[in-house]
Amino acid sequence: MSKLNIKNLIKSFPSMDRPAVNNVNLDIESGELVAFLGPSGCGKTTILKMITGLFQPDSGDIILDEQSLLKIPTEKRGVVMVFQNYLLFPYMNVNENVGFALKMKGVDKNIIDQKVKEMLELVKLPDIGLRKPKQLSGGQQQRVALARALISNPRILLLDEPLSNLDAHLRDEMRDLIVTIQQKLKVTTIFVTHDQEEAVLLADKIALIFDGELQNFTSPKNYYEKPKNIKAAKFFGGVNFINAKKDNHNLSTNIGTVHYKGENYTDLNEDNIITIRPENIKLSKNNDFNDNSFKGLIKSVIFSGTHTRYKIIVNDLELECSLQSVGLQDIKTDDTIYVHLPSDKIWAMNE
Amino acid sequence: MNNNLKKINIYAIYLGAIILILPLIAFFINAFSFRWFYPQVIPKELSLQAWVRLKLIPKPGQRSFEGFIELWASNPTVIKALLNSLSIGFLVTIVSIIIALPAARVLGLLNFRFKKLIIFIMVSPTILPPIAFVLGLNINFISWGFSGNYFGVCLVHLVPIMPYVVLTMTGIFANYNPDFEHQARTLGANKTRTFLLITLPAIAPGMVVAALFAFLVSWSQYLLTFLIGAGKVMTLPLLVFSTASSGNPALTAAISIIFIFPAILILFFTSKFVSGESGATSGFGKI
Ligand SMILES: Nc1ncnc2c1ncn2[C@@H]1O[C@H](COP(=O)(O)OP(=O)(O)O)[C@@H](O)[C@H]1O
Ligand SMILES: [Mg+2]
Repeated sequence: MSKLNIKNLIKSFPSMDRPAVNNVNLDIESGELVAFLGPSGCGKTTILKMITGLFQPDSGDIILDEQSLLKIPTEKRGVVMVFQNYLLFPYMNVNENVGFALKMKGVDKNIIDQKVKEMLELVKLPDIGLRKPKQLSGGQQQRVALARALISNPRILLLDEPLSNLDAHLRDEMRDLIVTIQQKLKVTTIFVTHDQEEAVLLADKIALIFDGELQNFTSPKNYYEKPKNIKAAKFFGGVNFINAKKDNHNLSTNIGTVHYKGENYTDLNEDNIITIRPENIKLSKNNDFNDNSFKGLIKSVIFSGTHTRYKIIVNDLELECSLQSVGLQDIKTDDTIYVHLPSDKIWAMNE
Repeated sequence: MNNNLKKINIYAIYLGAIILILPLIAFFINAFSFRWFYPQVIPKELSLQAWVRLKLIPKPGQRSFEGFIELWASNPTVIKALLNSLSIGFLVTIVSIIIALPAARVLGLLNFRFKKLIIFIMVSPTILPPIAFVLGLNINFISWGFSGNYFGVCLVHLVPIMPYVVLTMTGIFANYNPDFEHQARTLGANKTRTFLLITLPAIAPGMVVAALFAFLVSWSQYLLTFLIGAGKVMTLPLLVFSTASSGNPALTAAISIIFIFPAILILFFTSKFVSGESGATSGFGKI
């Protein structure tokens, strides 16, 4: 159980014209499961390697339980990383791989054997101790790598893209296993992913990173409902964006005045952007809504199973709306429609 | 590959082997014969006279255990040359690998400007005739006091050896994933243990091949030993040449066998690493 503070972390490589990691600040609480989310090349692995000590930061600090890690060599940090391609040692069998960290600590052989057995049971691979890594499937290798990482009770567990090399069906299984084990052992965990859905399903909190810069660090729910900026909103599937100006506790846009209840009104700049999730927009043929209701024209209707997606033109602006398919009103292309943006579901952000 | 072509290839390999082995057989017969001349297909009379003259086998009548010991203890030239060749070979092999290891790692793992140029410069001693740079070196060696002694010879052997060793080892590291070492570090292994437990097993097969090259190049070195050793450091190739020019075929054959035998022995024990299976480039295999 350890808490991690990352302060003003910067790291550049000579081959790059911008810093690979640019002034990142993060406070991760003890026992949290945190996702680093961002497109490939945004610096996720580089941050992990600085936490392990494999890279030295140019400046900034990494503090584990109130103590700076920077002067401590990798092997003494108690930070264990599981690399993207598992990296099981090919000359050792599974037992030797899993027991490696305890052997390095000089633990008694019998105790190592006992712990190895426990760890393999934890990852649900009890009978493969004598096999060589080459004889394992990708999913099995991943689990052995996890067992090997956890055996020494690390203070921080780092998982670099733990699911991205697995087939789709193995991915779900592995994801559940990671959550189960993390909750059982309560080890502070950071995992890296470029898959927004994966981050949402797994993490207590998500650190969204673009081009080496931390965009936001908050709960998955907030990314959907209260994104910090348009980039973050788009990364989580946001499609509706409306330019707005502050107007006496309301927001004025070119589709009309929008009533706003968001708690961040005072923090907003004069010019800002409104967003709303497609599933929060309501439609009506008759103007049933007395608030934030705007007249528009249906441009297209796409049935996609449980949901049906509509594109609506309101004053030259295109909005997208997604409604549950059951019990729908009969709405067709070119129909005139009233679009309702519930004032507690819209969110304005600075740009 | 079609079947006929395969057969032809296999025959070609056999033929090659026979071409290599036939002279060895001739050497062998020659070394144990007494005056074996042209039209005779096999020698009329077998004899150990060549070995007696090399002082490896005592004269008839003294061939007891004590006789052998006494003879060998008298430090015959052949044994001196054999020990010199072996010790120079081992020393130079170890030194070349220790020097090549970091260089090959950088060349194999990193990409940087002028990398090709640097590799070319390192390989150039294998293309240039050794005499070209040795004559230049010799003057320096004399002034540094390395000429005409054992360490001078060791040093100059490194010149033709280093390219082979560095290139072979670069091949290993081209296939090498340093993240295995990083993984070991985060699991609590310090740098020394990481090298011993992770790096070394991965590069060992390639290192054996590099060592084999190094040893054999040193073992068969004539010109450089001759020029830098200035006749004061006797090795087997020098002895072979001087004996051959003396014109006694049995003697030449006997000493050639002594020259070839250790090389064959070493090849035999390391052939496992040279064959395609493990290969010169081992790294961590396919993951
Ligand atoms: N050892 C290195 N040397 C030079 N550049 C590097 C090195 N490691 C990473 N980079 C660069 O830093 C950037 C971020 O890399 P990385 O942290 O691996 O991204 P991510 O894990 O988010 O995909 C990339 O542009 C990459 O090319
Ligand atoms: Mg990465």
